[in-house]
Amino acid sequence: MSEAIRPTSGRRSFLKAGIGTMAAIAAAAGVLEPLRNSKLGTSLSAFLQQHYKRLSPEDLDVIMKRLETEIAVRYGARVNIKDYKPIEGVEFGYALNLTRCNGSRRCVYACMKENNQSHDPGIQYIKVLELPSGSLNVEKSDHYYEHEEVPQDGKFYMPVQCQQCKNPPCTKVCPVEATWTESDGITVIDYNWCIGCRYCMAACPYEARRFNFSEPEIPKEEINPEMGYLSNRIRPRGVVEKCHFCLHRTRQGKNPACMEVCPTGARVFGNMLDPDSEISFILRNKRVYILKEDAGTIPRFFYYFDK
Amino acid sequence: MIKEYVRFLIRAFQLSFDGTRQFYLWMAVLTVITVIGGNAYTRQFVDGLAATGMTDQVSWGAYIANFTFLVGVAAASVMLVIPAYIYRNKDMHDVVLYGELLAIAAIIMCLLFVMVDLGRPDRFWHLIPWIGKFNFPTSLLSWDVIVLNGYLVLNLHICGYLLFMKYMKRKPTPLFYVPFVFISIAWAVSIHTVTAFLYVGLVGRPFWNAAIVAPRFLGSAFTAGPGILIIAFQIMERLSHLKVSEDAYTLLRQIVTASLLINLFMLFCEAFKEFYSAALHNASAQYLFFGLEHNGHTYDLLVPWIWTAIVMEVIAAAILITPPVARRRGFLNVACVLAFVGIWIEKGMGLIIPGFIPTPLGNIVEYLPSVNEVLVCVGIWAFGLLLFSWMVHLAIPIMNGTFSKDSGVPRATDAAIKGEVS
Repeated sequence: MSEAIRPTSGRRSFLKAGIGTMAAIAAAAGVLEPLRNSKLGTSLSAFLQQHYKRLSPEDLDVIMKRLETEIAVRYGARVNIKDYKPIEGVEFGYALNLTRCNGSRRCVYACMKENNQSHDPGIQYIKVLELPSGSLNVEKSDHYYEHEEVPQDGKFYMPVQCQQCKNPPCTKVCPVEATWTESDGITVIDYNWCIGCRYCMAACPYEARRFNFSEPEIPKEEINPEMGYLSNRIRPRGVVEKCHFCLHRTRQGKNPACMEVCPTGARVFGNMLDPDSEISFILRNKRVYILKEDAGTIPRFFYYFDK
Repeated sequence: MIKEYVRFLIRAFQLSFDGTRQFYLWMAVLTVITVIGGNAYTRQFVDGLAATGMTDQVSWGAYIANFTFLVGVAAASVMLVIPAYIYRNKDMHDVVLYGELLAIAAIIMCLLFVMVDLGRPDRFWHLIPWIGKFNFPTSLLSWDVIVLNGYLVLNLHICGYLLFMKYMKRKPTPLFYVPFVFISIAWAVSIHTVTAFLYVGLVGRPFWNAAIVAPRFLGSAFTAGPGILIIAFQIMERLSHLKVSEDAYTLLRQIVTASLLINLFMLFCEAFKEFYSAALHNASAQYLFFGLEHNGHTYDLLVPWIWTAIVMEVIAAAILITPPVARRRGFLNVACVLAFVGIWIEKGMGLIIPGFIPTPLGNIVEYLPSVNEVLVCVGIWAFGLLLFSWMVHLAIPIMNGTFSKDSGVPRATDAAIKGEVS
């Protein structure tokens, strides 16, 4: 035991400390090596940016200007970002006529264009399910159908996008309140607050949410320059996005892009609080089907049938 | 006191770089693997999560799977704490500290696995209450942040306090640690329950939306944690002067046996419910155990994976319920390793991936981790082992009295660490 209390020699521990330091520097260099050729960069103001609901209108103006500049630098496009607020006395609802929808996927492409969705990796908000007649079991659906002509015999088509639930499982699980439901019923995401944990994607029963696995790629000439802060502005990498009922259009009284383009008139959008709106008429008079009603999510998106 | 504490830290730092040749080699290998993992993570940081095998359809993968498993390993230290502190079992009392050190290493690994899974690690501060916007108590993930960090702090305090007192050759004041030990018992159960509730609370994922998930988490945790400690104690006994009594091994073996049997029983209950009723909601279980046919194509990537786990667990159970066999150290070790790996498979990827397959809209996209993703995982495991080895390297000489305020820093050739001498 007498040996155990022998102090370590100064020279020896000095040598070890030297070797240890060099090893630590080498290790740090090894870990950080991929940063050498990266173009990553963020400004302090972007890093410290607060939650949307904590921003004053002036703060938000500065941020939107900064984002416009960032898009100009990165994509070479001049764009115009605005913050569109919900309108009092409006609760949006969307109804889709399953008898009419022919599976053309025109809504999918219009949505991509309107909402500046990344081409690579490809992001789409709307999925059109091809189902065999006689079943509404989505597990029998084909998401990737490719035909010369639609509709195919013995099939019908069911587009699915964010259902803008009244009881949304996605906002409940978000650990940082980066996603919430606005007074007009639209669930939005603060793309500058989302930490990218993807818990909302696991929670959504409608597979409505998409993640930006890498920096969105969009050709300059295909960028829609009219952008909403909470809607179609080009998203940063590493955050979640989804359908927002084209709020930068609909809060100005226009229709969503997917409805505008629909060749069969299968889509009806409007204010459910207005008893004279077409959507209110459909909800009162048609046979309506709610996707996964048993999940208790209470969607604001409805499917209905003509015959 | 503060002066002594600073001196303690400095000397502990010195001791960290003093060890046998085996110790250096082991730590160097782990450091190299950690650096490779760190390099892979930096690549992911630069390229985004596209560097992983995850997709919009399978949006959680190997990171969250390892996270889930390691929460169990961390929680399992309670299986040493309960006998040591509630039943005043002397044998366990001598080794309980190492169980708590394992919990510390496991929790840090958990936190790392969550960090590497974030799309925006730069926005990590959004999770800090008041400074960020912490969605508590609504989001189960915010609960998890609290319970995991709380458990880490509890164990750091308990281990740190006891070790420092031992170093100071003072009797620890029970008031300063015993209440925290009792809190940590309940807390250990909470970390695993809350982690289970992360999944259980999701109505859109029938595979997870089942009450049995939380109890099963505990059953599997109390198998894997004590199982790996049986192995770790033997290695520590070989490389140092630590003595673990035969009775401690017996108690750990009994805990592993009982927990493994309970785990297998609950697995059976779950399988029965899924397959006998043959409802539409069993597609995920069908995918996991037998493969799923969809639009003329059979998807069965996980089938060999899960059956490997079940075979491992059943062999481990067979060994463990045959006491004459299980008492022999060689067989016991085989059983512990099989149980540990089996549970790592079953409640890691075996639990997380099928939750996403098929997707809520009936699509099937299979998942395989990318090479980069695997390197990150291996790196975190190596870092956790490095951390545990380092803590044990300091704790053993403190606990056996060779490293105290009156002693020098024990040297590689000294009695404290025998290693190459023996």
